[in-house]
Amino acid sequence: MADSEAPLIRLRGVTKSYGEGATQFQALKGIDLDIQAGDFVAVMGPSGSGKSTTMNILGCLDVPSSGEFLFKGVHVEKLERDQRALLRRKYLGFVFQGFNLLARTSALENVELPLLYRGDSKQLRRETAMAALDKVGLKQWWDHTPAELSGGQQQRVAIARAIVTSPDVLLADEPTGNLDSERSVEIMELLTDLNKTSGITVLMVTHEPDMAAFAHTIVHFKDGLVERIEDKHRQGEAVGH
Amino acid sequence: MFGTTFILAIRSILRHKLRSFLTTLGIIIGVAAVVTMVTLGKATTAAVQQQISALGTNILQIRPGQGFGRGGGGPRPPDFKADDVTAIRDQVAGVTAVAPQAQTTATVIYNGANWSTTVNGTTNAYFQVQPWPLVEGRYWTWPEEQAGKAVCIIGTTIRTNLFRGGSAVGGRIRVNGISCDVIGVLQTRGQAGFGGDQDDVIIMPIKQVQRRFTGNPDVRLMLVGTDPDYDSAQVQSSITDLLRERRNITGGKDVDFNIFDTAQISQALTGTTTLLTQIVAAVAMISLIVGGIGIMNIMLVSVTERTREIGIRLAIGAVASEVLLQFLVEAVVLSMLGGVIGLLIAQFAVALMSWLGSLPFLFDVQINVIAFAISAIIGVVFGYFPARRAASLNPIDALRHE
Repeated sequence: MADSEAPLIRLRGVTKSYGEGATQFQALKGIDLDIQAGDFVAVMGPSGSGKSTTMNILGCLDVPSSGEFLFKGVHVEKLERDQRALLRRKYLGFVFQGFNLLARTSALENVELPLLYRGDSKQLRRETAMAALDKVGLKQWWDHTPAELSGGQQQRVAIARAIVTSPDVLLADEPTGNLDSERSVEIMELLTDLNKTSGITVLMVTHEPDMAAFAHTIVHFKDGLVERIEDKHRQGEAVGH
Repeated sequence: MFGTTFILAIRSILRHKLRSFLTTLGIIIGVAAVVTMVTLGKATTAAVQQQISALGTNILQIRPGQGFGRGGGGPRPPDFKADDVTAIRDQVAGVTAVAPQAQTTATVIYNGANWSTTVNGTTNAYFQVQPWPLVEGRYWTWPEEQAGKAVCIIGTTIRTNLFRGGSAVGGRIRVNGISCDVIGVLQTRGQAGFGGDQDDVIIMPIKQVQRRFTGNPDVRLMLVGTDPDYDSAQVQSSITDLLRERRNITGGKDVDFNIFDTAQISQALTGTTTLLTQIVAAVAMISLIVGGIGIMNIMLVSVTERTREIGIRLAIGAVASEVLLQFLVEAVVLSMLGGVIGLLIAQFAVALMSWLGSLPFLFDVQINVIAFAISAIIGVVFGYFPARRAASLNPIDALRHE
């Protein structure tokens, strides 16, 4: 964040199409979007509006068909598959609707997983993972497997796994989709807290306006385009172009 | 990177113990089968060679009759004469010594203890053809042999049973009622031959045996020592010609004696057992390959079953090569684990079967190393395809996989 003006994420004219010829389907029709470091962004829109495709591109899991995607000034659309994997390893954390924890694996080992790929020593892995579990309030549950945890707890473990590497961005794909409203609010409060205290940028896809209300910026998608952007810091001022 | 994938692979294997065990079962059985078969085959070959070499090398045995049995109901072919022995010794090139033998069974008594055994009458040439050292005492002298003195050299089994393991030389034993001085004790040869205890024997000058026991001057068996520089087949044919002439077997008639060449038999038997070993090893090898296919099958199923897990790993930041390596290491570790367990089972199986079949217990380093190496190679070969499939998955599709 040396230059506060340069956004962490910048999309310019991003399109994405699937299939060929007559069956071709254009999921994104030209997205321009800037996301500042430290923001809490909710992405909303009906099914097929392109929000998931955008999240996949922002998560470096997919590449645009055309257009530019700059992450920290790096042209991600030009990177190889493995380079994008390394980018994810270092700067991104993922939280999914279905938690996606490894079965029969303790909470601690689940949280340790990204550290294993980073090559940390056993001692360091354990300490870092325990600290992450502590942050999500599950320190005493470290040796429980997902089957022994409630949905809310599983999602907390998933969040701990996502933040254990201290990433710049946390991408959450409907993180409360499988939870009741009480657990949902707890998860949102946790994300808000992480955003505030750790300064981690949060990008979240959600259907529910109640959950989106926790965000500072709400991006509305429709038909493969950004329809409008609500910015709670600077009401009325559009960040998109 | 390797350390990480190794940890991940081990964790994954331990997390699915039953699946891992079933995956390795094919390799376990394959390796155990290959090692057991080959080891038993080699043990059999070794046992055959040991039995043959117990008969002595470069030795021809000549007996009256055809083959081992008496064969048919015709009159028994006559034994050899003392002259045949000297004729072969003096007239056939390549013969180093000829030992005549006359055998009988007898009851031996010493100090109130008695024992039933074989009495073997021969000459000093016997020890020349087939060296057999003494543990105590001496061989008989030329004058003793010529006179057919009542002297005897005994095997250790006799000493154990009659002298209770103590010194036997100087003792006087009674053999079928005839008194005889023990002058020497033979070194232990142990269990060999085609069954039977080689040390359960009394050796005496042939003239004594002929005079006191068999009652005729005939020779049942001749042991012919041959010079290794001569072609054994040539020596055999010379002996055959000579004996034909001496026994008046003209022209086309079949001979009424047989010459048994230990070297020839040894080669033939060793060749047969080696061939059998190779055949069973080949069959067992097929089971090992089937085991490998089993690993590939389970690993492929496992890749499909774990698609979501692979998606998580990829999203977290695993590069494709790490996922490939993890699956490959899992396959190799599983097959090597199967290899080790298979080797252990094989040792038990070999020990058990060598005990049951009274074969020597053998640990053949070569086949153990080969079988283990093959199990590792199978892991790499059959693990690569599923691993590559896992690594090439698209993370988005993998995460969406139900």
